[in-house]
Amino acid sequence: MILRALFQIGLLLLLPPLLLGVVNRVKAIAAGRKGPPILQLYFDLAKLLRKGAVYSRTTTWVFRAGPAVGLAAIVTAGTMLPVAGQPAIVSFAGDFVLFAYLLALARFATALAALDTGSSFEGMGAAREVSFASMAEPALFLVLVVMARATGSLSLSGMLGPGLAAAWRAAAPALLLSAIALFVVALAENSRIPVDDPNTHLELTMIHEVMVLDHSGPDLAFILYGASLKFFLFGALLVRLVADVRMTGFWAAEGAFVVELLGFSILVGLVESAMARLRLTRVPQMLVGASVLSVFALVLLLR
Amino acid sequence: MILFVILVPLVLGAVAFSWPDNRTRPTLLVVGSALHVLGIVSLWIHPEPPVLNGYLFLDAAGKVVLTTSSLLFLASAIYAQGYLRSRDDRDNRVFVGGLLVLLGAMTTVGMAQHLGVLWVAIEVTTLATAPLIYFNHNARSLEAAWKYLLVSSLGIALALLGTFFLALSGAAPDGPRSLLLSDLIAAGPALSHPWVRAAFVFLLVGYGTKMGLAPLHSWKPDAYGEAPGLLGALLAGGITNFAFLSVVRVYQVTNAAGEGAFARDALLGLGLLSMALAAVFMAGQRDFKRMLAYSSVEHMGILAVALGLGGAAVTGAFYHVLNNGLAKGVLFLAAGNIHRAYGSKRTDEVRGAARRLPISGPLFLAGFLAVTGTPPFSPFWSEFMILNGAIGTGRYWVAGLFLLFLAVIFIGMGATVLQVVQGSDEGAPSRPGFKDGWLTAAPPLVLLLAVLALGLWLPAPLLSLFQAAARLATGSAT
Amino acid sequence: MGAWTDMAFILVVVLDLFLLASSRLGAAIRAVALQGALLSLLALLLTGSGHDVGHMLVVAGGAFLIKAVLIPWLMFRAIREMAIRREMEPLMGYVPSIILGGLGVVLSFAFSRGLPLPTNEMHPFLVPTALSTVWTGLLLVVSRRKAVTQVLGFLVLENGVFVFGLLLTDFMPVMVEAGVLLDLLAAVFVMGIVMFQINREFASLDTDALSSLKD
Repeated sequence: MILRALFQIGLLLLLPPLLLGVVNRVKAIAAGRKGPPILQLYFDLAKLLRKGAVYSRTTTWVFRAGPAVGLAAIVTAGTMLPVAGQPAIVSFAGDFVLFAYLLALARFATALAALDTGSSFEGMGAAREVSFASMAEPALFLVLVVMARATGSLSLSGMLGPGLAAAWRAAAPALLLSAIALFVVALAENSRIPVDDPNTHLELTMIHEVMVLDHSGPDLAFILYGASLKFFLFGALLVRLVADVRMTGFWAAEGAFVVELLGFSILVGLVESAMARLRLTRVPQMLVGASVLSVFALVLLLR
Repeated sequence: MILFVILVPLVLGAVAFSWPDNRTRPTLLVVGSALHVLGIVSLWIHPEPPVLNGYLFLDAAGKVVLTTSSLLFLASAIYAQGYLRSRDDRDNRVFVGGLLVLLGAMTTVGMAQHLGVLWVAIEVTTLATAPLIYFNHNARSLEAAWKYLLVSSLGIALALLGTFFLALSGAAPDGPRSLLLSDLIAAGPALSHPWVRAAFVFLLVGYGTKMGLAPLHSWKPDAYGEAPGLLGALLAGGITNFAFLSVVRVYQVTNAAGEGAFARDALLGLGLLSMALAAVFMAGQRDFKRMLAYSSVEHMGILAVALGLGGAAVTGAFYHVLNNGLAKGVLFLAAGNIHRAYGSKRTDEVRGAARRLPISGPLFLAGFLAVTGTPPFSPFWSEFMILNGAIGTGRYWVAGLFLLFLAVIFIGMGATVLQVVQGSDEGAPSRPGFKDGWLTAAPPLVLLLAVLALGLWLPAPLLSLFQAAARLATGSAT
Repeated sequence: MGAWTDMAFILVVVLDLFLLASSRLGAAIRAVALQGALLSLLALLLTGSGHDVGHMLVVAGGAFLIKAVLIPWLMFRAIREMAIRREMEPLMGYVPSIILGGLGVVLSFAFSRGLPLPTNEMHPFLVPTALSTVWTGLLLVVSRRKAVTQVLGFLVLENGVFVFGLLLTDFMPVMVEAGVLLDLLAAVFVMGIVMFQINREFASLDTDALSSLKD
């Protein structure tokens, strides 16, 4: 039992950078490049953690606290997420609200830190990030509400637990719609391509990357690691929702879960390769569309 | 004979499309409309039983509208001989063929006893009319045709949805499961009420768009303004009347289902709104053909008000269908002549029409007097009957508004018409080569004489026909 | 079977929302074509025991040919000849139109439950899907400027009417349904011709250029 819990925590803490590595590799292959090693993010993190941080004289403690608070919030949120159908480490009725707000808290900390630099450039990034988040968050909440309603459970463990299979039989259209909405939200929240380009360094188009330009050393490592964790969280949520593979044994279930997550990363990589980044003015459209889809799903459930 | 009057125009329309000679092709219009009038006369003398499983039948309401349009079409067809001769630079294949198809479709509307057939026929009138509006092939007529097509198609799609609703209202296992008027009316209160209400709303919006009731009239000024005068006459005195007939059909069913009060309120509201809007836009109108369009909006409003009042007013409504149709013929044909003679339809340019066109100018003035309800012309009597209906049922505020709008419209329209007709035509723009001829001046003159005659003496068979139509519409006969 | 029908209805509605959000004409035409294909599929899926199967096959086949093949092909030809790709700034922004569209969808799904259906054997999603598709079509026609998009809106509206018509297939004569399909073709055909003429006259398909007639 202890072993299994430790394994799950290990999965949560160690797997995420690999997923981003897979995304980048898929994009590289689709573009005909060789691409960085699949484990590149691990190397980057190790390198950054060994370096010292540089702080601008205009910044205050808010700037220093940002990355740490952000990472802590995301890790805490991660403890509520059930892995591979097993109950999560922390689970109580209504924990999905806390889950969503912890993710928001992480963003809030990052945005504050960006504003604290006093740079108009970073301020612009923070403004964009927050305004898009304000449209993505309703969609996320609605998706969670749909899942709660469909499974009759108020905790993430219950929503993504054994009750899910019955919910699919009863309300497949609604769950499918919310899965689509969740995928859109996942792309937006993780600054993936139709919304944001994680590789860009053009100031006019950046959203998320702009905010973290002033961070260095361990702070930057925290932020990069936190971003990969967030990607993992959304991926775990989505693959549990759509691909509820019920393996009998614990290890088989965990294995299937990892495979599914890798599949999710490949899918994201393909989407990023196939699509062009949307104009900034078109992003709200997509996010509002996701919200409307999830509202539609909710109505289907309630009628 | 029922099939004859539908098929003759359609066949002749097909002939017109394949007729090689541009100069002689318009003759087909006269042939078609003469045969049509003869067919209608024969149906007056020997009424015929329903044909095609009861889908087609000429009842009293249909007879009023169809007779009006048949006469109007004959007048327009004769007028077209002169008009198209003056425009022989322009290929009239589509125009002549389209007009004949239009006549066939209108006749089908007049006889349809099945709401599906009715809908298809209304759709065909739209499709046949759109290219006719584009007859002048310039940017403005294209704009008018586009607007007409888009707005009408929307209306027609909504009408189809309404027709489906109505079909659904009778879809209970023991219901009529039919769109035949007689079946639906016989089922009456057994129809599902929410669906009947929804159906009435959609059908009123749909066919109301074709009628040009405010606020669904937006296509009207453009289409009337840009189309040739004789098409304007057929739109204002023909197609819109058939759209009114369609609304009457729907009202018959709604009333039989016990939702009559709801329907009457809706009709009254839309009708008064149309009259008010026409009054507002008529004043200060600078284009006399667009002004006529608002006059058409006004008269469709009058018809809707009359149907909404119920009782004696409905008899007046059918009388008014005839009067308005003929009077609109006078106005549009005369306006078409004035437009041809001046090459302009702007009231600040056109003046002295009575001098330049000694027949059409005075006819335009007389037509204005007729259509605004001045005695002794017949629209006075039909409007009087409607007003009587309003007062008779104690709805004084409707009567008051009705009179107020009529007065405002008389003043607004009079200012424009007098400006066009009176004065000296020196300095006004002109287009050489157009004078009042027999072919272009006689048809409106004859129509005006008919309006005058009907005002002086209403034959008893006609009155009893109007009463029969009103009984049919309000369901008091059965 | 039931799940597939559910999915087809939902997909029709999702396509409505997509059309409201889409600014690329090519994608919008494809969406309309896909919607047409779904409708013909629905016609087959809804064929119950009480129906005349041959008749339904004709209706579904006709719908597929016209709505999913012929009209999209005509529309593609139209935009290719006029070399236009995108909707210009619409009269109403995309976000408001998505929200209004979503509102219509939600309302029709929420309230259609209260409407009594005299025929009880039909699918519960049919009426709300029809109503929301009609609403979407109206929104598109009213809120867009390009003639092509307005025609697309009209097609969506007709699709909605067609969905509703599926409710009546068991007692409506064939003639009326043939009329529906034929009329659709005819309407678009004429509209297409007019559009080509508009193009010739104004060298663009922006109906804002059609604004010289005013009061």
